[in-house]
Amino acid sequence: MTSLPETTGKKLGLVIDLDTCVGCQACATSCKEWNAGGYSAPLTDQDAHGGDPHGAWLNRVHSYDVGDGPKSRTVHFPRSCLHCETPACVTVCPTGASYKRASDGIVLVNPDTCIGCKLCSWACPYGAREYDYADGVMKKCTLCVDRIYNESFALEDRVPACVRACPTGARHFGDLGDPSSAVSQLVQEREGFDLLPEMGYKPVNKYLPPRPRRDQTSEAPAHAAEQPTVNSGSLADRFFVWADNTLAR
Amino acid sequence: MHPAYSVIVFTTASGAGYGLLVWIAAGVAFGFAPRDAAFGFVGMGVALAMITTGLLTSTLHLGRPERAWRAFSQWRTSWLSREGVAAVVTYIPAGLLGLGLVFGEFAPGQIVLGAALSAPCALITLWCTGMIYASLPTIRAWHQPLVAPLYVVLGLATGGVLMTGLLLSFGHDAHWIAAGGGAAMLLGAILKRLYWTAIDTAKKTYTAEAATGLGHLGTVRPLDPPHTQPNFVMREIGYQVARRHAEKLRSTAAMLLFLLPLAAALLLLINPPHALQLIIAALATASMIAGVLMERWLFFAEAEHVVVVYYRGGSA
Repeated sequence: MTSLPETTGKKLGLVIDLDTCVGCQACATSCKEWNAGGYSAPLTDQDAHGGDPHGAWLNRVHSYDVGDGPKSRTVHFPRSCLHCETPACVTVCPTGASYKRASDGIVLVNPDTCIGCKLCSWACPYGAREYDYADGVMKKCTLCVDRIYNESFALEDRVPACVRACPTGARHFGDLGDPSSAVSQLVQEREGFDLLPEMGYKPVNKYLPPRPRRDQTSEAPAHAAEQPTVNSGSLADRFFVWADNTLAR
Repeated sequence: MHPAYSVIVFTTASGAGYGLLVWIAAGVAFGFAPRDAAFGFVGMGVALAMITTGLLTSTLHLGRPERAWRAFSQWRTSWLSREGVAAVVTYIPAGLLGLGLVFGEFAPGQIVLGAALSAPCALITLWCTGMIYASLPTIRAWHQPLVAPLYVVLGLATGGVLMTGLLLSFGHDAHWIAAGGGAAMLLGAILKRLYWTAIDTAKKTYTAEAATGLGHLGTVRPLDPPHTQPNFVMREIGYQVARRHAEKLRSTAAMLLFLLPLAAALLLLINPPHALQLIIAALATASMIAGVLMERWLFFAEAEHVVVVYYRGGSA
Protein backbone atom coordinates (compact mmCIF):
# COMPACT_ATOMS: atom_id res chain seq x y z
CA MET A 1 0.00 0.00 0.00
CA THR A 2 1.46 3.32 -1.06
CA SER A 3 -0.20 5.26 1.74
CA LEU A 4 2.57 6.11 4.17
CA PRO A 5 2.62 4.83 7.75
CA GLU A 6 1.85 7.67 10.16
CA THR A 7 4.83 6.81 12.30
CA THR A 8 7.50 4.19 12.09
CA GLY A 9 8.79 2.22 15.08
CA LYS A 10 12.36 2.98 14.17
CA LYS A 11 13.97 5.28 11.65
CA LEU A 12 16.80 3.14 10.40
CA GLY A 13 19.24 4.97 8.20
CA LEU A 14 22.78 5.93 7.38
CA VAL A 15 24.98 8.78 8.53
CA ILE A 16 27.63 9.62 5.97
CA ASP A 17 30.70 11.57 6.98
CA LEU A 18 31.83 13.81 4.13
CA ASP A 19 34.93 14.70 6.14
CA THR A 20 36.42 11.24 6.17
CA CYS A 21 35.05 9.76 2.93
CA VAL A 22 37.99 9.25 0.54
CA GLY A 23 35.91 8.36 -2.51
CA CYS A 24 37.38 4.87 -2.80
CA GLN A 25 34.09 3.40 -4.15
CA ALA A 26 34.33 0.45 -1.73
CA CYS A 27 30.80 1.15 -0.47
CA ALA A 28 29.44 1.24 -4.03
CA THR A 29 31.14 -1.97 -5.15
CA SER A 30 30.35 -3.91 -1.99
CA CYS A 31 26.74 -2.73 -2.31
CA LYS A 32 26.61 -3.98 -5.89
CA GLU A 33 28.18 -7.27 -4.89
CA TRP A 34 25.87 -7.93 -1.98
CA ASN A 35 22.70 -6.83 -3.71
CA ALA A 36 23.42 -8.70 -6.93
CA GLY A 37 22.79 -11.82 -4.87
CA GLY A 38 20.46 -10.60 -2.12
CA TYR A 39 17.00 -9.04 -1.93
CA SER A 40 17.58 -7.00 -5.10
CA ALA A 41 18.82 -9.91 -7.22
CA PRO A 42 19.24 -9.88 -10.11
CA LEU A 43 20.94 -6.50 -10.25
CA THR A 44 21.86 -6.55 -13.90
CA ASP A 45 24.33 -4.75 -16.12
CA GLN A 46 23.96 -4.11 -19.83
CA ASP A 47 26.74 -4.33 -22.41
CA ALA A 48 29.13 -5.01 -19.53
CA HIS A 49 32.08 -5.74 -21.79
CA GLY A 50 31.08 -3.58 -24.74
CA GLY A 51 31.31 0.06 -25.62
CA ASP A 52 28.43 1.34 -23.49
CA PRO A 53 28.53 -0.54 -20.19
CA HIS A 54 25.91 0.47 -17.63
CA GLY A 55 23.82 -1.19 -15.00
CA ALA A 56 21.70 -0.77 -11.92
CA TRP A 57 23.67 0.30 -8.84
CA LEU A 58 22.13 1.36 -5.57
CA ASN A 59 24.93 3.58 -4.39
CA ARG A 60 26.91 6.14 -6.40
CA VAL A 61 29.94 8.10 -5.26
CA HIS A 62 30.44 11.55 -6.76
CA SER A 63 33.54 13.67 -6.27
CA TYR A 64 33.19 17.43 -6.20
CA ASP A 65 35.55 20.34 -6.31
CA VAL A 66 34.14 22.63 -3.64
CA GLY A 67 35.03 26.27 -3.03
CA ASP A 68 37.25 28.58 -4.99
CA GLY A 69 40.94 29.32 -5.28
CA PRO A 70 43.49 28.05 -2.77
CA LYS A 71 40.71 27.26 -0.30
CA SER A 72 39.01 24.82 -2.66
CA ARG A 73 38.86 21.20 -1.58
CA THR A 74 37.76 17.85 -2.91
CA VAL A 75 34.69 16.38 -1.29
CA HIS A 76 33.62 12.81 -2.05
CA PHE A 77 29.90 12.39 -1.93
CA PRO A 78 28.19 8.97 -1.74
CA ARG A 79 24.57 9.17 -2.88
CA SER A 80 21.93 6.52 -2.22
CA CYS A 81 18.34 6.24 -1.01
CA LEU A 82 17.75 8.45 2.03
CA HIS A 83 14.75 6.41 3.26
CA CYS A 84 12.68 9.59 3.57
CA GLU A 85 9.96 9.88 6.19
CA THR A 86 7.47 11.16 3.59
CA PRO A 87 8.84 9.82 0.30
CA ALA A 88 7.03 10.84 -2.90
CA CYS A 89 8.49 7.77 -4.66
CA VAL A 90 6.14 5.67 -2.53
CA THR A 91 2.98 7.76 -2.87
CA VAL A 92 3.22 8.08 -6.67
CA CYS A 93 3.52 4.31 -7.13
CA PRO A 94 0.35 3.09 -8.89
CA THR A 95 0.67 -0.54 -7.82
CA GLY A 96 1.64 -0.47 -4.17
CA ALA A 97 4.96 -2.15 -5.01
CA SER A 98 6.78 0.76 -3.37
CA TYR A 99 6.22 0.94 0.33
CA LYS A 100 7.65 2.27 3.56
CA ARG A 101 7.85 -0.23 6.37
CA ALA A 102 5.98 0.80 9.50
CA SER A 103 8.35 -1.20 11.72
CA ASP A 104 11.69 0.37 10.81
CA GLY A 105 11.02 3.00 8.11
CA ILE A 106 12.93 1.22 5.33
CA VAL A 107 11.63 2.12 1.86
CA LEU A 108 11.42 -0.97 -0.32
CA VAL A 109 10.18 -2.09 -3.73
CA ASN A 110 8.33 -5.37 -4.00
CA PRO A 111 9.96 -6.90 -7.09
CA ASP A 112 6.97 -9.19 -7.63
CA THR A 113 4.41 -6.39 -8.08
CA CYS A 114 6.47 -3.53 -9.57
CA ILE A 115 5.37 -2.86 -13.16
CA GLY A 116 8.48 -0.85 -14.06
CA CYS A 117 6.63 2.40 -14.91
CA LYS A 118 9.60 4.41 -13.57
CA LEU A 119 7.37 7.13 -12.12
CA CYS A 120 9.07 6.72 -8.73
CA SER A 121 12.41 7.64 -10.32
CA TRP A 122 10.81 10.84 -11.62
CA ALA A 123 9.46 11.65 -8.16
CA CYS A 124 12.78 11.16 -6.32
CA PRO A 125 14.98 14.29 -6.27
CA TYR A 126 18.00 12.27 -5.17
CA GLY A 127 18.27 9.91 -8.14
CA ALA A 128 18.14 7.01 -5.72
CA ARG A 129 16.07 4.64 -7.83
CA GLU A 130 17.45 2.90 -10.85
CA TYR A 131 15.60 0.80 -13.39
CA ASP A 132 16.89 -2.69 -14.00
CA TYR A 133 16.69 -2.97 -17.78
CA ALA A 134 16.83 -6.78 -17.75
CA ASP A 135 14.60 -7.43 -14.72
CA GLY A 136 12.02 -4.81 -15.78
CA VAL A 137 11.53 -3.45 -12.25
CA MET A 138 12.94 -0.62 -10.16
CA LYS A 139 15.86 -1.23 -7.83
CA LYS A 140 16.87 0.79 -4.81
CA CYS A 141 18.83 0.67 -1.57
CA THR A 142 17.22 -1.82 0.81
CA LEU A 143 19.45 -0.76 3.69
CA CYS A 144 20.57 -4.38 3.34
CA VAL A 145 17.36 -5.59 4.91
CA ASP A 146 18.69 -9.10 4.28
CA ARG A 147 21.83 -8.46 6.39
CA ILE A 148 20.76 -6.28 9.28
CA TYR A 149 18.26 -8.78 10.71
CA ASN A 150 20.22 -11.88 9.71
CA GLU A 151 20.80 -13.83 12.90
CA SER A 152 23.16 -16.26 11.24
CA PHE A 153 25.60 -13.35 10.85
CA ALA A 154 28.09 -12.27 13.47
CA LEU A 155 26.89 -9.12 15.21
CA GLU A 156 29.42 -6.87 13.49
CA ASP A 157 28.20 -8.06 10.10
CA ARG A 158 24.57 -7.14 10.77
CA VAL A 159 25.03 -3.75 9.11
CA PRO A 160 24.56 -2.68 5.49
CA ALA A 161 27.32 -3.92 3.17
CA CYS A 162 28.44 -0.34 2.44
CA VAL A 163 28.97 0.36 6.13
CA ARG A 164 30.87 -2.89 6.62
CA ALA A 165 33.12 -2.14 3.64
CA CYS A 166 34.00 1.48 4.37
CA PRO A 167 37.73 1.56 5.21
CA THR A 168 37.65 5.03 6.78
CA GLY A 169 34.60 4.60 8.98
CA ALA A 170 32.75 7.28 7.06
CA ARG A 171 29.47 5.37 7.05
CA HIS A 172 27.38 4.76 10.14
CA PHE A 173 24.17 2.78 10.50
CA GLY A 174 21.55 2.99 13.22
CA ASP A 175 18.18 4.24 14.45
CA LEU A 176 17.90 7.95 13.75
CA GLY A 177 14.52 8.03 15.47
CA ASP A 178 16.16 7.31 18.82
CA PRO A 179 17.87 10.46 20.11
CA SER A 180 20.16 8.40 22.35
CA SER A 181 21.48 6.17 19.56
CA ALA A 182 25.12 6.50 18.51
CA VAL A 183 24.14 7.80 15.05
CA SER A 184 21.78 10.42 16.49
CA GLN A 185 24.52 11.56 18.89
CA LEU A 186 26.93 11.80 15.99
CA VAL A 187 24.49 13.89 13.97
CA GLN A 188 23.96 16.15 16.98
CA GLU A 189 27.67 16.54 17.67
CA ARG A 190 28.76 17.12 14.07
CA GLU A 191 25.70 19.12 12.96
CA GLY A 192 24.54 16.56 10.44
CA PHE A 193 22.23 17.86 7.73
CA ASP A 194 19.50 16.81 5.29
CA LEU A 195 19.85 16.93 1.51
CA LEU A 196 17.34 19.32 -0.13
CA PRO A 197 15.19 19.70 2.99
CA GLU A 198 13.06 22.25 1.09
CA MET A 199 11.64 19.42 -1.04
CA GLY A 200 9.83 18.32 2.09
CA TYR A 201 10.46 14.57 1.95
CA LYS A 202 12.25 14.52 5.34
CA PRO A 203 15.26 12.31 4.56
CA VAL A 204 16.23 9.95 7.38
CA ASN A 205 19.84 9.58 6.20
CA LYS A 206 22.06 12.42 7.37
CA TYR A 207 25.31 13.83 6.03
CA LEU A 208 28.10 15.17 8.25
CA PRO A 209 29.83 18.25 6.85
CA PRO A 210 33.57 18.33 6.13
CA ARG A 211 35.34 19.71 9.22
CA PRO A 212 36.70 23.26 8.89
CA ARG A 213 40.28 23.21 7.67
CA ARG A 214 43.24 25.08 9.05
CA ASP A 215 43.68 28.18 6.90
CA GLN A 216 46.89 27.26 5.13
CA THR A 217 46.86 30.23 2.80
CA SER A 218 47.94 32.80 5.43
CA GLU A 219 50.61 30.52 6.90
CA ALA A 220 52.41 29.82 3.67
CA PRO A 221 55.89 31.38 3.88
CA ALA A 222 57.01 33.80 1.18
CA HIS A 223 60.36 32.01 0.64
CA ALA A 224 61.49 28.52 1.38
CA ALA A 225 62.95 28.57 4.88
CA GLU A 226 66.78 28.45 5.13
CA GLN A 227 68.04 25.51 7.04
CA PRO A 228 69.51 27.09 10.18
CA THR A 229 73.20 26.30 10.47
CA VAL A 230 74.09 25.04 13.88
CA ASN A 231 77.68 25.99 14.65
CA SER A 232 78.91 25.68 18.21
CA GLY A 233 82.51 26.36 17.13
CA SER A 234 83.63 22.81 17.87
CA LEU A 235 86.08 21.08 15.54
CA ALA A 236 83.37 18.72 14.29
CA ASP A 237 80.94 21.55 13.56
CA ARG A 238 83.62 23.54 11.72
CA PHE A 239 84.37 20.44 9.67
CA PHE A 240 80.75 20.03 8.67
CA VAL A 241 80.45 23.71 7.74
CA TRP A 242 83.58 23.37 5.61
CA ALA A 243 82.24 20.19 4.05
CA ASP A 244 78.86 21.80 3.42
CA ASN A 245 80.41 24.83 1.73
CA THR A 246 82.83 22.74 -0.30
CA LEU A 247 80.15 20.37 -1.51
CA ALA A 248 77.84 23.27 -2.33
CA ARG A 249 80.36 24.76 -4.83
CA MET B 1 13.30 14.15 -19.35
CA HIS B 2 13.60 11.42 -21.95
CA PRO B 3 10.56 11.52 -24.23
CA ALA B 4 9.15 7.99 -24.08
CA TYR B 5 7.47 7.54 -27.45
CA SER B 6 4.85 5.22 -26.03
CA VAL B 7 3.83 7.89 -23.53
CA ILE B 8 3.72 10.57 -26.24
CA VAL B 9 1.49 8.39 -28.42
CA PHE B 10 -0.65 7.53 -25.40
CA THR B 11 -1.25 11.08 -24.18
CA THR B 12 -1.89 12.50 -27.66
CA ALA B 13 -4.09 9.67 -28.98
CA SER B 14 -6.06 9.15 -25.78
CA GLY B 15 -6.19 12.92 -25.27
CA ALA B 16 -7.83 13.48 -28.66
CA GLY B 17 -10.02 10.42 -28.11
CA TYR B 18 -11.35 11.71 -24.77
CA GLY B 19 -11.80 15.16 -26.32
CA LEU B 20 -13.82 13.64 -29.17
CA LEU B 21 -15.89 11.68 -26.65
CA VAL B 22 -16.71 14.91 -24.79
CA TRP B 23 -17.80 16.64 -28.01
CA ILE B 24 -19.94 13.69 -29.14
CA ALA B 25 -21.54 13.50 -25.70
CA ALA B 26 -22.16 17.26 -25.63
CA GLY B 27 -23.40 17.31 -29.23
CA VAL B 28 -25.80 14.41 -28.72
CA ALA B 29 -27.04 15.66 -25.34
CA PHE B 30 -27.76 19.18 -26.59
CA GLY B 31 -29.03 18.11 -30.01
CA PHE B 32 -26.21 19.58 -32.11
CA ALA B 33 -25.00 16.17 -33.25
CA PRO B 34 -27.29 13.60 -34.90
CA ARG B 35 -28.43 10.52 -33.03
CA ASP B 36 -27.92 8.24 -36.00
CA ALA B 37 -26.40 4.80 -36.01
CA ALA B 38 -23.77 5.34 -38.71
CA PHE B 39 -22.38 8.52 -37.18
CA GLY B 40 -22.59 6.98 -33.72
CA PHE B 41 -20.74 3.87 -34.85
CA VAL B 42 -17.93 5.71 -36.59
CA GLY B 43 -17.68 8.61 -34.13
CA MET B 44 -17.71 6.49 -30.98
CA GLY B 45 -15.61 3.90 -32.76
CA VAL B 46 -12.90 6.45 -33.53
CA ALA B 47 -13.03 7.91 -30.00
CA LEU B 48 -12.85 4.55 -28.24
CA ALA B 49 -10.26 3.18 -30.66
CA MET B 50 -7.99 6.15 -30.02
CA ILE B 51 -8.50 5.91 -26.26
CA THR B 52 -7.88 2.17 -26.24
CA THR B 53 -4.88 2.33 -28.57
CA GLY B 54 -3.40 5.03 -26.38
CA LEU B 55 -3.97 3.09 -23.17
CA LEU B 56 -2.49 -0.09 -24.64
CA THR B 57 0.47 1.84 -26.03
CA SER B 58 1.12 3.30 -22.60
CA THR B 59 1.81 -0.19 -21.28
CA LEU B 60 4.69 -0.54 -23.77
CA HIS B 61 6.97 1.64 -21.66
CA LEU B 62 6.42 -0.62 -18.66
CA GLY B 63 9.11 -3.08 -17.66
CA ARG B 64 6.39 -5.60 -16.83
CA PRO B 65 3.32 -4.84 -19.00
CA GLU B 66 1.65 -8.09 -17.92
CA ARG B 67 1.29 -6.63 -14.42
CA ALA B 68 -0.38 -3.41 -15.63
CA TRP B 69 -3.67 -4.35 -13.94
CA ARG B 70 -2.02 -3.74 -10.58
CA ALA B 71 -1.90 -0.02 -11.38
CA PHE B 72 -5.61 0.32 -10.57
CA SER B 73 -5.06 -0.28 -6.86
CA GLN B 74 -3.38 2.83 -5.44
CA TRP B 75 -5.87 5.57 -6.38
CA ARG B 76 -5.72 6.95 -2.84
CA THR B 77 -2.27 8.45 -3.35
CA SER B 78 -1.17 8.01 -6.97
CA TRP B 79 -2.35 10.17 -9.89
CA LEU B 80 -1.16 7.47 -12.28
CA SER B 81 -3.42 4.98 -10.56
CA ARG B 82 -6.30 7.50 -10.55
CA GLU B 83 -5.82 8.00 -14.27
CA GLY B 84 -6.04 4.25 -14.82
CA VAL B 85 -9.21 3.96 -12.75
CA ALA B 86 -10.81 6.99 -14.44
CA ALA B 87 -9.89 5.64 -17.87
CA VAL B 88 -11.56 2.30 -17.21
CA VAL B 89 -14.62 3.84 -15.53
CA THR B 90 -15.13 6.07 -18.59
CA TYR B 91 -15.78 2.98 -20.72
CA ILE B 92 -19.06 2.35 -18.86
CA PRO B 93 -20.94 5.56 -19.76
CA ALA B 94 -19.16 5.65 -23.14
CA GLY B 95 -20.49 2.14 -23.75
CA LEU B 96 -24.02 3.21 -22.80
CA LEU B 97 -23.76 6.17 -25.16
CA GLY B 98 -22.20 4.24 -28.04
CA LEU B 99 -24.53 1.25 -27.83
CA GLY B 100 -27.50 3.57 -27.50
CA LEU B 101 -26.52 5.47 -30.63
CA VAL B 102 -25.77 2.37 -32.71
CA PHE B 103 -28.44 -0.12 -31.59
CA GLY B 104 -31.05 2.22 -30.13
CA GLU B 105 -31.80 2.70 -26.46
CA PHE B 106 -32.40 -0.39 -24.29
CA ALA B 107 -34.10 1.90 -21.81
CA PRO B 108 -35.37 5.45 -22.29
CA GLY B 109 -32.78 8.08 -21.38
CA GLN B 110 -29.84 5.75 -22.00
CA ILE B 111 -28.16 8.05 -24.53
CA VAL B 112 -28.60 11.17 -22.43
CA LEU B 113 -27.39 9.38 -19.29
CA GLY B 114 -24.39 7.95 -21.14
CA ALA B 115 -23.59 11.36 -22.62
CA ALA B 116 -24.04 13.17 -19.31
CA LEU B 117 -21.63 10.78 -17.57
CA SER B 118 -19.15 10.28 -20.42
CA ALA B 119 -18.16 13.92 -20.64
CA PRO B 120 -17.16 14.43 -16.96
CA CYS B 121 -15.46 11.01 -16.83
CA ALA B 122 -13.40 11.88 -19.91
CA LEU B 123 -12.48 15.29 -18.52
CA ILE B 124 -11.49 13.77 -15.17
CA THR B 125 -9.25 11.26 -16.97
CA LEU B 126 -7.54 14.07 -18.89
CA TRP B 127 -7.08 16.00 -15.64
CA CYS B 128 -5.51 12.94 -13.97
CA THR B 129 -3.05 12.59 -16.87
CA GLY B 130 -1.99 16.20 -16.40
CA MET B 131 -1.71 15.77 -12.64
CA ILE B 132 0.72 12.85 -13.01
CA TYR B 133 3.19 15.45 -14.30
CA ALA B 134 2.00 18.50 -12.39
CA SER B 135 2.30 16.71 -9.05
CA LEU B 136 6.08 16.21 -9.35
CA PRO B 137 8.00 19.04 -7.61
CA THR B 138 11.25 17.47 -8.83
CA ILE B 139 10.57 18.73 -12.37
CA ARG B 140 10.21 22.50 -12.52
CA ALA B 141 8.70 22.60 -16.02
CA TRP B 142 5.95 20.16 -15.02
CA HIS B 143 5.19 21.40 -11.51
CA GLN B 144 3.22 24.31 -12.96
CA PRO B 145 -0.41 25.29 -12.42
CA LEU B 146 -1.10 25.34 -16.19
CA VAL B 147 0.01 21.76 -16.86
CA ALA B 148 -3.18 19.91 -15.87
CA PRO B 149 -5.52 22.51 -17.48
CA LEU B 150 -3.46 22.26 -20.67
CA TYR B 151 -3.94 18.50 -20.88
CA VAL B 152 -7.71 19.03 -20.65
CA VAL B 153 -7.87 21.94 -23.09
CA LEU B 154 -5.56 20.31 -25.64
CA GLY B 155 -7.64 17.13 -25.42
CA LEU B 156 -10.76 19.17 -26.23
CA ALA B 157 -8.98 21.15 -28.96
CA THR B 158 -7.58 18.10 -30.75
CA GLY B 159 -10.82 16.16 -30.24
CA GLY B 160 -12.68 19.14 -31.72
CA VAL B 161 -10.67 18.91 -34.95
CA LEU B 162 -11.58 15.21 -35.21
CA MET B 163 -15.26 15.96 -34.47
CA THR B 164 -15.32 18.61 -37.20
CA GLY B 165 -13.95 16.16 -39.75
CA LEU B 166 -16.39 13.44 -38.70
CA LEU B 167 -19.49 15.65 -38.85
CA LEU B 168 -18.46 16.99 -42.26
CA SER B 169 -17.78 13.48 -43.57
CA PHE B 170 -21.33 12.49 -42.69
CA GLY B 171 -22.70 15.68 -44.23
CA HIS B 172 -23.86 17.13 -40.92
CA ASP B 173 -23.67 20.71 -39.77
CA ALA B 174 -20.25 21.47 -38.29
CA HIS B 175 -20.56 25.18 -37.54
CA TRP B 176 -21.02 24.63 -33.82
CA ILE B 177 -17.98 22.40 -33.49
CA ALA B 178 -15.82 24.62 -35.72
CA ALA B 179 -16.70 27.45 -33.33
CA GLY B 180 -16.49 25.40 -30.09
CA GLY B 181 -13.40 23.44 -31.07
CA GLY B 182 -11.83 26.62 -32.41
CA ALA B 183 -12.45 28.34 -29.08
CA ALA B 184 -10.76 25.42 -27.27
CA MET B 185 -7.89 25.67 -29.75
CA LEU B 186 -7.53 29.42 -29.12
CA LEU B 187 -7.62 28.85 -25.35
CA GLY B 188 -5.02 26.10 -25.74
CA ALA B 189 -2.76 28.42 -27.75
CA ILE B 190 -3.01 31.15 -25.12
CA LEU B 191 -2.42 28.74 -22.20
CA LYS B 192 0.52 27.09 -23.96
CA ARG B 193 2.13 30.47 -24.65
CA LEU B 194 1.64 31.41 -20.97
CA TYR B 195 3.07 28.03 -19.97
CA TRP B 196 6.17 28.51 -22.09
CA THR B 197 6.69 31.95 -20.59
CA ALA B 198 6.18 30.49 -17.11
CA ILE B 199 8.82 27.78 -17.52
CA ASP B 200 11.26 30.22 -19.13
CA THR B 201 10.97 32.64 -16.22
CA ALA B 202 10.47 30.22 -13.30
CA LYS B 203 13.43 30.45 -10.97
CA LYS B 204 15.86 27.56 -10.90
CA THR B 205 15.64 27.07 -7.16
CA TYR B 206 17.56 23.83 -6.76
CA THR B 207 21.32 24.12 -6.91
CA ALA B 208 24.22 21.68 -6.64
CA GLU B 209 25.21 23.57 -3.48
CA ALA B 210 21.83 22.87 -1.86
CA ALA B 211 21.63 19.31 -3.20
CA THR B 212 24.96 18.40 -1.61
CA GLY B 213 24.57 20.67 1.44
CA LEU B 214 28.09 22.00 0.75
CA GLY B 215 27.13 25.54 -0.27
CA HIS B 216 28.72 27.05 2.84
CA LEU B 217 32.11 25.99 1.47
CA GLY B 218 31.60 27.71 -1.90
CA THR B 219 30.70 26.65 -5.41
CA VAL B 220 30.20 22.92 -5.94
CA ARG B 221 31.62 21.66 -9.24
CA PRO B 222 31.59 18.03 -10.37
CA LEU B 223 35.15 16.68 -10.40
CA ASP B 224 34.88 12.93 -10.95
CA PRO B 225 31.60 11.35 -12.07
CA PRO B 226 30.43 8.26 -10.18
CA HIS B 227 30.40 6.18 -13.36
CA THR B 228 32.00 6.33 -16.80
CA GLN B 229 28.90 5.73 -18.93
CA PRO B 230 25.44 7.25 -18.45
CA ASN B 231 23.34 5.22 -16.01
CA PHE B 232 19.55 4.85 -15.95
CA VAL B 233 19.09 8.16 -14.16
CA MET B 234 21.05 10.05 -16.80
CA ARG B 235 19.44 8.21 -19.70
CA GLU B 236 15.90 8.66 -18.39
CA ILE B 237 16.15 12.02 -16.70
CA GLY B 238 19.24 13.78 -18.05
CA TYR B 239 17.89 14.08 -21.60
CA GLN B 240 19.26 17.27 -23.14
CA VAL B 241 18.52 17.31 -26.87
CA ALA B 242 15.87 19.94 -27.35
CA ARG B 243 17.15 22.93 -25.41
CA ARG B 244 19.17 24.45 -28.24
CA HIS B 245 16.35 24.32 -30.75
CA ALA B 246 13.53 24.89 -28.28
CA GLU B 247 12.38 28.24 -29.67
CA LYS B 248 12.28 26.99 -33.28
CA LEU B 249 10.52 23.78 -32.30
CA ARG B 250 8.03 25.68 -30.19
CA SER B 251 7.01 27.99 -33.04
CA THR B 252 6.69 25.06 -35.45
CA ALA B 253 4.57 23.14 -32.94
CA ALA B 254 2.41 26.21 -32.31
CA MET B 255 1.88 26.73 -36.02
CA LEU B 256 0.92 23.11 -36.69
CA LEU B 257 -1.12 22.56 -33.55
CA PHE B 258 -2.84 25.93 -33.14
CA LEU B 259 -2.47 28.31 -36.07
CA LEU B 260 -3.38 26.08 -39.03
CA PRO B 261 -6.32 24.29 -37.31
CA LEU B 262 -7.61 27.68 -36.10
CA ALA B 263 -7.40 29.07 -39.62
CA ALA B 264 -9.22 25.94 -40.80
CA ALA B 265 -11.98 26.47 -38.22
CA LEU B 266 -12.42 30.08 -39.38
CA LEU B 267 -12.55 29.02 -43.04
CA LEU B 268 -15.22 26.44 -42.26
CA LEU B 269 -17.35 29.08 -40.56
CA ILE B 270 -17.64 31.01 -43.85
CA ASN B 271 -19.27 28.06 -45.64
CA PRO B 272 -16.96 26.99 -48.48
CA PRO B 273 -18.21 24.23 -50.85
CA HIS B 274 -18.55 20.83 -49.18
CA ALA B 275 -15.65 19.21 -51.02
CA LEU B 276 -13.37 22.06 -49.95
CA GLN B 277 -14.65 21.71 -46.38
CA LEU B 278 -13.56 18.07 -46.35
CA ILE B 279 -10.11 18.97 -47.66
CA ILE B 280 -9.75 21.73 -45.08
CA ALA B 281 -10.81 19.35 -42.28
CA ALA B 282 -8.36 16.68 -43.46
CA LEU B 283 -5.48 19.15 -43.62
CA ALA B 284 -6.38 20.55 -40.20
CA THR B 285 -6.39 17.01 -38.77
CA ALA B 286 -2.99 16.18 -40.25
CA SER B 287 -1.52 19.45 -39.04
CA MET B 288 -3.03 19.01 -35.57
CA ILE B 289 -1.64 15.48 -35.22
CA ALA B 290 1.89 16.55 -36.19
CA GLY B 291 1.62 19.62 -33.95
CA VAL B 292 0.38 17.83 -30.85
CA LEU B 293 3.04 15.10 -31.19
CA MET B 294 5.67 17.82 -31.37
CA GLU B 295 4.16 19.73 -28.44
CA ARG B 296 4.15 16.58 -26.30
CA TRP B 297 7.72 15.71 -27.29
CA LEU B 298 8.83 19.19 -26.24
CA PHE B 299 6.92 18.85 -22.98
CA PHE B 300 9.26 16.01 -22.10
CA ALA B 301 12.45 17.14 -23.78
CA GLU B 302 12.35 20.64 -22.29
CA ALA B 303 11.66 19.41 -18.76
CA GLU B 304 14.65 19.20 -16.47
CA HIS B 305 14.81 17.06 -13.35
CA VAL B 306 16.47 18.33 -10.18
CA VAL B 307 18.76 15.27 -10.05
CA VAL B 308 20.84 16.69 -12.92
CA VAL B 309 22.52 19.09 -10.49
CA TYR B 310 24.34 16.15 -8.91
CA TYR B 311 25.81 15.30 -12.29
CA ARG B 312 26.50 18.63 -13.91
CA GLY B 313 26.38 21.17 -11.06
CA GLY B 314 24.60 24.50 -11.51
CA SER B 315 20.87 24.74 -10.89
CA ALA B 316 17.63 23.20 -12.10
